[in-house]
Amino acid sequence: MIGHAEKAAPFAANEKRAHWHDQALWFVRLKRDRQAESIPEWEELRQTASAIKAHTLSRIADYLEEFERNATNNRIQVHWACDAAEHNAIVHKILADRGITRLVKSKSMLTEECHLNPYLEARGIEVTDTDLGERIVQLRHEPPSHIVLPAIHLKKEDIGELFHKELGTQAGASDPKYLTEAARGHLRQKFMAAQAGLTGVNFAVAETGGFVVCTNEGNADMGTSLPRVHIACMGFEKLVPRSKDLAVFLRLLARSATGQPVTSYTTHFHGPVRGGELHIVIVDNGRSTILGQETFRRSLSCIRCGACMNTCPVFRRSGGYSYGYTIPGPIGSLLAPLRDPKNFASLPFASSLCGSCSDVCPVKIDLHHELYAFRQDMVRGKRVPLAKRLAMAGMSYVLAQTWAYRLAGGLMRGIVPRMPRALVYGPWNPWGRQRELPPMPRHSARGLIQRDLTQKGAK
Amino acid sequence: MSSRDSILAALRRNAPATSPLPEPPAGIVYPDPAKQFAEAFTSVGGKFVRLARREDIDPELEKIEAYAHARKIASLVAGIGRSNVDLNGLKDPHELEGLDVAIIAGEFGVAENGAVWVPGSALGPQRAIFVVTQHLVLVVPASELVHTMHQAYERIRFQGLGFGVFISGPSKTADIEQALVIGAHGARSCTLFLVG
Ligand code: SF4
Repeated sequence: MIGHAEKAAPFAANEKRAHWHDQALWFVRLKRDRQAESIPEWEELRQTASAIKAHTLSRIADYLEEFERNATNNRIQVHWACDAAEHNAIVHKILADRGITRLVKSKSMLTEECHLNPYLEARGIEVTDTDLGERIVQLRHEPPSHIVLPAIHLKKEDIGELFHKELGTQAGASDPKYLTEAARGHLRQKFMAAQAGLTGVNFAVAETGGFVVCTNEGNADMGTSLPRVHIACMGFEKLVPRSKDLAVFLRLLARSATGQPVTSYTTHFHGPVRGGELHIVIVDNGRSTILGQETFRRSLSCIRCGACMNTCPVFRRSGGYSYGYTIPGPIGSLLAPLRDPKNFASLPFASSLCGSCSDVCPVKIDLHHELYAFRQDMVRGKRVPLAKRLAMAGMSYVLAQTWAYRLAGGLMRGIVPRMPRALVYGPWNPWGRQRELPPMPRHSARGLIQRDLTQKGAK
Repeated sequence: MSSRDSILAALRRNAPATSPLPEPPAGIVYPDPAKQFAEAFTSVGGKFVRLARREDIDPELEKIEAYAHARKIASLVAGIGRSNVDLNGLKDPHELEGLDVAIIAGEFGVAENGAVWVPGSALGPQRAIFVVTQHLVLVVPASELVHTMHQAYERIRFQGLGFGVFISGPSKTADIEQALVIGAHGARSCTLFLVG
């Protein structure tokens, strides 16, 4: 298992780029703040959103049945998949039965989670990701590094080079407008040639039997109104009970995600395109197990806005790939080890526990508390390296015994300033790799207070 | 057991005790919804034009450069615009490619975010029109503004709707270095006439 810190090292090594990444995401966070402040009932909205999700999950089976009934009445064909393999097989069968070999996709983190693209490509289907950021990373044979901003780890020069090679743009050209125009032309051809479109689902509504997809680019709309076949894939947790619940979530989503009041297109599907067919695949893939875990079930409320990533000091400085999972950042640091505790044991530690994620989360997932709870599980389950466990055991002993604490403090103040630098900042001090220790104070707080009291007594 | 039944059974087994379903909050009320709408629509890259009368639309359309030079125009608003594309004659939505301007009626606008509700019935025979067209013009009656999305969803009837979309400005992306570029896949410009 390679830990988060090791995977973050190459990203952090390019200081200029890491700094740009940090600032770019912080800028999105500030835009989010401005939008949040423009809505006086913002906190009430978050509270309501959180409660709607909790309620829905508490009765999710009933709501799914209601959704299925109403969707079927809307001539939507409903499929169910227990896991990624079944999901991929269902999608492939729909395509194969109709002889479809060209598919356009709009953003769907679920299909990333299921590794749908390689599955379909191995079976002779051309899959084109049509969100610009996703198309960029697809052409680079990379996964997205952020769930809302898939290519945020790249600079325009990287993309210019890529497009020169793949789309024949001018060598050295890196103007975003020029590159976007080139992608528009390239992807229009793909849209025109596609025989089916696949989308994710932002929200599905039990009461109406339909669902909503949000994009700024309009790629989901192109991909679902030109071809005859539309396949939508959703985790069951995307469901809300009533259409009026959409108002709550749509008011929160774009504002939290990118600091916009709403996305350019918020599309409501309640039936197939004229003369076509509409399929929806409802996926579990481990989610029902998470539902059974009291401490962590709230992570299922996530609406994938990405706000916790934009605000996270660790994500901003380590990049999305350091998490090694489809969903990075604070929420990914929960979801990944929930799925595979052995391989993702380091992720709950990829956090400063500053709580910024919980502060911005539109559905009020208590992210940093859950990460903390997970750390405790990890230590108890011995999934933490031995050195770290020993260090923690040592620290908890020292902090619990007055004499040991006093002695350790005295030794530190006395010896560390006299030690040669090479000894203090040796390989045994990873903390000091990019940081300086603060200067050691001459006296302990206890010593200072005692001296103070003695002086007062003397007067 | 089918996948459906085993998923539902697992969910019933693992679900926590039922918690209450709250009502959405009342939502902000703007002193001047038209002003708020105009600001929001402009902030998302749209062009907002307020007109007193329906008759003012045609002359105003000519001022849009893309319209003035357009070769193919399709209007879905009766009596408005120099429509020269017979939408009912199209056999397939792909034939919309090359359309320069589409003029579409929005049912109502939402002040808080500049979104316009366009039901499938306003899109004519091929719903792809709003996104395939190079430029989009929306016409919304000034009397049909709501404050927030809460009121919006009180108005929308999903029964028999099939399709509907909130459009807020032109198509856009910021996927290259966070630089905003208007005109990603859909309309390169979106002009809104608020009439009355
Ligand atoms: S956990 Fe919250 S903040 Fe993070 S992506 Fe999900 S909804 Fe957004």
